[in-house]
Amino acid sequence: MTMLAETTHAPKAPLWTRLPVVHQLRQSVGLQRGMLVVGLVITGIFILTAIFAPLLAPYGFSQLRDENGTFGAQQSPGGAHLLGTTVGGYDVLSRVIWGSQTAITVMVIAVVLSIFAGVALGLVSGYFGGWLDRGLVVICDAVYAFPALLLAIVMGIVISGGRSGLWGGIFAAAISITVVFIPQYFRVIRAETVRIKAEAYVESARVLGASNGRIMFRHVLRNATRTLPLIFTLNASEALLTLAGLGFIGFGIEPSSAAEWGYDLNKSLSDVTSGIWWTSLFPGLAIVLVVLGITLVGESLNDLADPRLRSRRAPGKTAGVVAASSVVAGGILSAGPGGIEGLEPDAPAVTPHPNDDPFEAK
Amino acid sequence: MTTVAMKPPVPAAGRISKKKSSPGGGIGRYLLIRFLLIFPTIFILVSMVFWLMRTTGDPITAALGGKLGPDQLAVLIHDAGYDRPIIIQYFEYLGQVFTGNFGTTISTNRPVSEVLFTYGSATAELVFYALIVAFIVGIPLGMVAAYWRDKAPDAFLRVFAILCYATPVFFAGLLLKLVFAVWLKALPVAGRATVGSELQMQFLPDKTGIYLIDSIKTGDPAVLGDVLLHAVLPALALGLLTAGVFLRLVRTNVIGTLGTDYVNAARSRGVNEFRLVSKHAYRPALIPIITVIGLQVALLLGGAVLTETTFEWKGLGFMLIEFIKARDFVAVQGIVALLAVIVALSNFIVDIIAALIDPRVRY
Repeated sequence: MTMLAETTHAPKAPLWTRLPVVHQLRQSVGLQRGMLVVGLVITGIFILTAIFAPLLAPYGFSQLRDENGTFGAQQSPGGAHLLGTTVGGYDVLSRVIWGSQTAITVMVIAVVLSIFAGVALGLVSGYFGGWLDRGLVVICDAVYAFPALLLAIVMGIVISGGRSGLWGGIFAAAISITVVFIPQYFRVIRAETVRIKAEAYVESARVLGASNGRIMFRHVLRNATRTLPLIFTLNASEALLTLAGLGFIGFGIEPSSAAEWGYDLNKSLSDVTSGIWWTSLFPGLAIVLVVLGITLVGESLNDLADPRLRSRRAPGKTAGVVAASSVVAGGILSAGPGGIEGLEPDAPAVTPHPNDDPFEAK
Repeated sequence: MTTVAMKPPVPAAGRISKKKSSPGGGIGRYLLIRFLLIFPTIFILVSMVFWLMRTTGDPITAALGGKLGPDQLAVLIHDAGYDRPIIIQYFEYLGQVFTGNFGTTISTNRPVSEVLFTYGSATAELVFYALIVAFIVGIPLGMVAAYWRDKAPDAFLRVFAILCYATPVFFAGLLLKLVFAVWLKALPVAGRATVGSELQMQFLPDKTGIYLIDSIKTGDPAVLGDVLLHAVLPALALGLLTAGVFLRLVRTNVIGTLGTDYVNAARSRGVNEFRLVSKHAYRPALIPIITVIGLQVALLLGGAVLTETTFEWKGLGFMLIEFIKARDFVAVQGIVALLAVIVALSNFIVDIIAALIDPRVRY
C-alpha cells in the first residue's frame, strides 16, 4: 500500500527503461534474461530479413533462370545456389529469405485483425452482459474448442476457394487465423471488463453522467488491456504455424505470387523419400527459428509477469522487485526496474515473499 | 502417503461447492448440466461450418463445375435438393446430422458416415499412439524440470519444450522420415502397414479398422511388428508436439505444489526426494493437466491432419485433404462436423474426470 503512494511521487525512471520490452529486459535475471535476449535477437533477425529481403536474396522468389540459363531442379547446395534448388527449380535460399516477408505480413494482419475484433466483442459483451453476453460466450467457447487448423481450412475454402494470388492468399490465411484467435482475446477482455465494471471509478463515472461509450473506452478498455502484449506474442507464433500448416496442405499462395515456407515444405514431401534434404530442411528451420524466437520472447514476458514463475535476484538485490512487477508492459507503478529501491534511497527494504501477488496489494 | 497430500483440501472444497450449488447439487447435477452443454457446442460448430461452406455456393457446382455443362449441373443440383431455400436445407442438414447421416460424397459417391467410420479408426489409432508418446516423454521430463528449477536441466528442458512447440508437426515428420527411414533405413517411410500385412488383415472376419487390434487378431507376430514399426515415426512426430505442452504444464504446476507446506512437511519427515516430486507434488498438479488434455484433443486432431498427410497415414485427415483437393465439400463438411462432435465429447469426458477428482470444479 505504502509503496503505491510513495512511488507515485517518485521521479519517473528514464523513458527508455519504461518501454515495454526494455523494462522486462532490465527486470529479468540469469537464465530468464538469456532466454529473452536470445528470443529478441532471433525475432530481430527475422524482422530485418523481412525488411531487407530484396537486398539479401540472391534471386527473386519466382525466378527460374538467370543469364546462365535455367537453374535446374533439385540442384544440391553449393556453387551459385548456396542452399540448392527446389523440385520446381527455384533457389531455396531466396525462397527462404522472401518467405519471411510473407510470414510477417500474415502474422501482423492476423494478430491486428483479431485484436480489434476480439477486443471490441469482449468489451461490449462484458460491459452490457445479458443474453448477448451469454450467446457470445457460448459461441466463442465452441470456436475455441475446435481444432484451429480445421477452422482455418474451412475459412480458407470460404475466402479463396483454395489457392490464390499474393494478397488474396495473404488475406485468406490472415483472416482464417483471425477467426481462430478472436475467442482468445474475447475471453481475456471480457473477463477483465466484467471485473473492472464493478470498480468504484466506473460507478463514479456513471454517476457523473458519462455515456456508455465513454466509460467503455476511457475507463474500462484502458485498464483491461494489460495482458494483451502476452497473448500478442504467443499468438504471433501460432499464426505462423497455422500459416505454414495451411500452406502445407495446399491452401498456400502460388509460388509465382510469393514465397511461403509451408508450401515449399509440401513440395519437398516427395524429395525426402529420395534423400533430397535441402528442399525441406531450410524452409522448415526458418519456421522453427522464427516461432522459437517469438515464443522465447512471449514466454519470458509471461514468466516475468507472473511472480510465481519469475526467477529472483539474490536476496540482497531483490528488495521491491516484486512490487515493480506488472503484467502491464511498461509497468503500472512507474517504478524502476529495481523497484522502489532504485527510485528512493531511503525506502525501507521490502523482502518479497515468494508468493507475493502484486495485485493483492490493491 | 498420498492421502496425506490429497486429503486436506477436499473437505473444505466440498463445503464450498455445496454452498454454491442449489439444493440437490452434486455430481449428478453437474453431470447433467455438463452433458446438456455439449449440444449447443455441437450445434454452433455444425451450423457455423454449414453456413460458411454454403457461402461458397452449392457443393455440386464446386465439385463438378468445370466438368459438366450447365444443364447437367442443374439436373444434379435439383436432384440433390440444393435448389431449395437454404434455410430448409439447413434444418434438413441438422436433422440428418442428429441421426448420424452426413450425406453422400460427391467425388466417390459413398455415404460420408461410411468414410468417417473407415478412416476414423486410423486417426483414433494415431492419436492414441501420440498421446502415449506425449505422456511418456512429457510428464517425467516436466517433473525433472520443476525439481531442478532454473538449473541446467530446467533450461535445457524448457528449450526442448519450446522446440517441440515451435517445430511444425509436418517438419518434425519430414526430419524423422529423412533420418530414420531414408538415411538409416531403420523404419518404414510411410503408410500404416506393408501391403502383405494389410492383405492378411483384410480377410479377418470381424476387422475393426484399428490395425493394432487387427494385427493381434491375425496371430502373426510379424504383422504386429510391421504395424508397430509403421506407427513409430508418425506417433513420435505428433506425440512430441503434445509432449512439449505436457512438459511445460507439469513443470509449472509441480513448481506450484513443491512450494506448499505439506511438501515441506513431508520432506521434514524424511520422504525421499524422488517420492516427493513423483507423488506428493505431482498428484495435486494432475487436475490442471487433465483439463488441458481436453484442449489437447483439438490440437492433436489438427496435428493429425498434418501428420497423416506427411506419412500417408490413411485416416480422416489424409482423406480430408484428398476431399479438399477434389473440392468435395459435402465430405469436408461431414469430416469437420464429426471432428466437432469428437472434440465436444472429449471435452465433456475430461470435465467429468476433473470433477470426479476435484470437487471444487463442480457447479
